[in-house]
Amino acid sequence: MKILIAVKQVAALDEDFEIRADGRGVDEEFLIRDLNEWDDYSLEEAVKIKEASTAPVEVVVVSVAPEEADEALRKCLAKGADRAIRIWDDGMEESDPIAIARVLAAVAKSEAPDMLFAGVQSSDQSFASTGIATAAFLGWPHAAVVSSLDYAPGAKSALFRRELEGGLLHEVEIQCPAVLTIQLGINTPRYASLRSIKQAAAKPIEVKTLADVGLSAGDAGESGSHSRIRRMRIPDKGRAQLIEGDAAAQAARLAEIIREFKGDAA
Amino acid sequence: MSGVLVIAEQRRGELRPVSLELISAAQTLRLRSGEGLQGGEGDTVTVAILASFPERFIDSLKLAGVDEIVAVKVAAAEFDPDTFETAVGALIEARKPDIVLVAHSVDSFGYAAALAAKLNLGFATDVFKAERIDGELVATRGGYGQKVNVEVDFPGRATVLLAIRASVFKPPEQPGAPRVTEFAAPATASRSRSREFIELSSDDDVDMAAAEFILTIGRGIGEEANVARFKELADAVGATLGCSRPIADAGWLPKSRQVGQSGKTASACKFYIAMGVSGAIQHLAGMKHVTTIVAVNSDAGASIFGVAKYGVVGDIFEIAEELRRHF
Repeated sequence: MKILIAVKQVAALDEDFEIRADGRGVDEEFLIRDLNEWDDYSLEEAVKIKEASTAPVEVVVVSVAPEEADEALRKCLAKGADRAIRIWDDGMEESDPIAIARVLAAVAKSEAPDMLFAGVQSSDQSFASTGIATAAFLGWPHAAVVSSLDYAPGAKSALFRRELEGGLLHEVEIQCPAVLTIQLGINTPRYASLRSIKQAAAKPIEVKTLADVGLSAGDAGESGSHSRIRRMRIPDKGRAQLIEGDAAAQAARLAEIIREFKGDAA
Repeated sequence: MSGVLVIAEQRRGELRPVSLELISAAQTLRLRSGEGLQGGEGDTVTVAILASFPERFIDSLKLAGVDEIVAVKVAAAEFDPDTFETAVGALIEARKPDIVLVAHSVDSFGYAAALAAKLNLGFATDVFKAERIDGELVATRGGYGQKVNVEVDFPGRATVLLAIRASVFKPPEQPGAPRVTEFAAPATASRSRSREFIELSSDDDVDMAAAEFILTIGRGIGEEANVARFKELADAVGATLGCSRPIADAGWLPKSRQVGQSGKTASACKFYIAMGVSGAIQHLAGMKHVTTIVAVNSDAGASIFGVAKYGVVGDIFEIAEELRRHF
């Protein structure tokens, strides 16, 4: 039995970041990288399924990314993934979520997992698209925003709840193998122990090219993408009227505003 | 080969409000005569409604700017990815619109990307602005937690599918008289089965939907032990204590106190103080209707300052302590 998990090393922005000279991205110097928060939950869900299973289950993480993502993959290995795969090639920088999904699907075809998890979205680009597009290339059943899951490895179906807007849940049964995108809060991700971090550092990361998974250059990068970044801009600052002064002065003004509201409301 | 196709959303017999916002978004994108169109009348806005009884929703969609409503009868009573991919896919192939608009919603998360991948559509999600620049469609979306606006285009794509952010466009108010047609969707062998809907139960008697004054805490409170003092502050100022997603996920407050898009809809809220809430887009979208938002955050760059009326940049614990003295 095998569960494949698509992961991404995301970037948050440092204070006072700058847009790159070509205007199409943020200057790398200001990027703070980490494993995508959603992926932490999808990995944990797979590791929990593995631990609850009597049959052996292999948990494999895969990332379509350059070498710097090895850090995120090692974090996954330290938190219970058995293997890590990274796919990258020249000319893949401009890949959009659909191009990434095409590569993930090619990996899934060769790995033949029983289930594929991805995060609902990435915290940096927030497309909420990669997992479901991967399902399309595989022709697999799929569901998004899964907030609880009942699945035994190798089972023909899984039962889950998807989290809808406004505090509503929808319970659905789905045929497997399937692609599920996993929502925050589905579990409590574990911390990696010092020992497992050390062990993960020694584990290999399987690095592959497009050709290794049966794809060609045109399948990824700009030519394999369904959108293209024209430019990035820093939006105008918000309209919030700032309350200045020290904490006491700020709180005093805030108390006034609260009283005004309560006066109006009364 | 032109026009804008809007896919309306319904759930449990109710049209979702974002469906009407999509109609307004479509108005900004339709080409009028003389704007590069061959025909004389300008192109059309078509709204499709997929449901097991689509006729129920027709009247609510008869709005100004809608040229045609297409009733698509499907077997599935509620959203199902396979059903939507098949039906919307067939509709796109038949009508060949140049733009398709869906909501950036949980239902769309479940099928829009798959449709774009299968039909080779230009594709972008969480779009809050779309325009034509020199004849090219350009969509703007947020990046890096709303700190950057990202403009994307779709070179060489005959049809572009855009998922539009909720609460950005105002729904049209004027009625219209569109023609109503039917579209026979191909049958689908669905691979998932809807079982039931479950309402989030309120396990501590709080009714966020009715609260007018909400004080919300977010990640900035640091640890669970700090919840109590903010609860005490909320009580003292007469507010209902709410929280952002990470606090509910961590189990520090019950899920029934979570506000934002996936939490309880704080529909009656008029006054909202957010302490230590950075403002994920889902949170902001869920609170956008509130008249007065006050944000207290130590990070001057937090997205929540973009929607707040008043901003306090400072330590939430110090501000809370000082504020408590006034009540």
